[in-house]
Amino acid sequence: MRNPLSIMRRWLGSRRLRAEGGRTAVRSILDRDSVRAAPFWLPPFLFVGLFIYGAIFWNIILSLTDFQGIGVPDYSALDFENYVIAFFGGTPSWSSLTVPSIWNSAWNTVVLMVSFSVVCLILGLLLAILVDQEIRFENTFRTIYLLPMSLSFVVTAKFWLYMYNVDTGLVNILLGAVGLGPVGIVQNPDLKLAAVTFALIWQFSGYAMIVYLAGLRAIPTSHFEAARVDGASTIRMYWHVIIPQLRTATVSALVVLTVFSLKAFDFLFSMYGGYQPGPSADILATRMVREAYANGNWAYGSAIAVILFIMALAIVAPYIYTQYRRGEL
Amino acid sequence: MTHGPAAAETRSLFGYSLRRIAIYGILIGMTMFYLIPIETGVMTSIIDPTSYTGSFPYLPPLEPLVGGTGEFSLQPWQGALDGLSQGLVNSVILVVPATIFSGLLGSMAAFGLTTISWRGQVGIYALFVAGIFIPYQAVLVPLTQFWYNIVPLRAVFESLAVLPLVETYHWKLVALIITHIAYGLPICTLLFRAHYKKLSDEMVEAAQLDGASVSTIYRRIILPLSVPMFAVVFIYQFTQIWNDLLFALTIVQFGDAAVVTQELVGIGVSQSGTNFPLRMASALLAALPTLLVYIFFGDKFAEGVSA
Repeated sequence: MRNPLSIMRRWLGSRRLRAEGGRTAVRSILDRDSVRAAPFWLPPFLFVGLFIYGAIFWNIILSLTDFQGIGVPDYSALDFENYVIAFFGGTPSWSSLTVPSIWNSAWNTVVLMVSFSVVCLILGLLLAILVDQEIRFENTFRTIYLLPMSLSFVVTAKFWLYMYNVDTGLVNILLGAVGLGPVGIVQNPDLKLAAVTFALIWQFSGYAMIVYLAGLRAIPTSHFEAARVDGASTIRMYWHVIIPQLRTATVSALVVLTVFSLKAFDFLFSMYGGYQPGPSADILATRMVREAYANGNWAYGSAIAVILFIMALAIVAPYIYTQYRRGEL
Repeated sequence: MTHGPAAAETRSLFGYSLRRIAIYGILIGMTMFYLIPIETGVMTSIIDPTSYTGSFPYLPPLEPLVGGTGEFSLQPWQGALDGLSQGLVNSVILVVPATIFSGLLGSMAAFGLTTISWRGQVGIYALFVAGIFIPYQAVLVPLTQFWYNIVPLRAVFESLAVLPLVETYHWKLVALIITHIAYGLPICTLLFRAHYKKLSDEMVEAAQLDGASVSTIYRRIILPLSVPMFAVVFIYQFTQIWNDLLFALTIVQFGDAAVVTQELVGIGVSQSGTNFPLRMASALLAALPTLLVYIFFGDKFAEGVSA
């Protein structure tokens, strides 16, 4: 394939050469490395720019309209009504029904995000420390712990729906063995969110283990030996010497896990067979899709999406900025 | 480098230290924790639904021998295959081009932003990285609007449908492919960039001194050195795209173009109750491609997710 930029450069260059008989400003711009590399980075960048950043921008504008999914959105009267509804609830001008605020689903989102990430990190760290003890079959253990992560949310939801089943689920069989239950875990409003969180921990704690294991392997053996010479007990050694050195691993695992929890929509959708997980397990991700795709409140869905996006940005932007400052980007 | 115990261990049982026994005990217990939901699914998926009682979901069906375990049957798998066949075909049509193109474009972007170094590239690259963490909800409504009301893809496929093997509903799969390429690009670029940063500059510098063009450097030097990373990226993207539900739900919505995850959501539920053997067989069938990839290339998968 001919490189269109190089053709253009040659054409421009020869014209200028004829006109002025020397190297020109245009010529030197086209010789820059950024321009010579442009055929490689520019098309993917435009693609990402259009589909991701263009779409985010469009979504922000849509959230200011009253769009109900019929015809073309009306961009002439933009206002913040959807955000007022999102924060305070009420009856919007585009509907005759009362629309509840998002606080309930926002709270569930935060509870899910924090409990899921923290338990995953602790479990992952403990597993990583154990796997790091010169054990046999290390690869087998690692492979099994990470296995659930290769599955789709839809598949894990099916497995856990079965595990939690009142009559035949293994969880209830185990509860029955210790004299509890049977409990309708999936339907019980008090247990729903915990059940979802537990299944997600099953799926993603192996990821935290892999990240921590890489972190542990990067610590020089001399640090372990020095602590042992000092006579520190194993627990003290890990607590005072090793775990403080795993900060980078913790931060990067934490960022990825929180983002996973924001994406838990697929899991809830297949667990509850549709858009209705019920108020006690409703998170912003499900609420947004339900408003837009089930209730036809497209503009309101867009507004919830903007709020979700800002939450993700608040976590990710400082992370990317720190990476940039450290020169790790 | 592992960090095993160096100090002499005194307490022991049958020649093994108690500490080692405790470690292996916990590790094996956790192995069961991670495997039991899958094992239960496998066992249930080969029970004849009419003999299914649900008393011992974790045991293999040994009916005449062990009462209450159900009779062996491949009928659930047959039912799963019938129920998911169209979705499986659609998912294959989706996942192959989307994986290949997101990998190729990601490698090109990483090359243009890493091997050829220029001022300001980190800023451009930061926009790629931020794209990894976007919650997809933030773009769903515009995407649906874009594919349904702006791009006349449907009209194109209505006229293309006269060709053999092309159906009108394929327009939705093409829309889904392009969307997945765009949203896969950030992570592909990140994975390739991490790889290209580690390559030594000497060869590229020598080639530049010889007057090699940028595209020659890419094709002759970088691409051959990228092969191991392509394996990692392809495995990662294959798993992500095969497993996705949200984009399919909002772009395909319903109809003949539904992918396997969409079909799986509603399977095994009817008025007469839940057919657990059928549901487990369907879940396993839908997971089989990614499970096989994981079993055979697990280390590459681990490399992809931990980058």
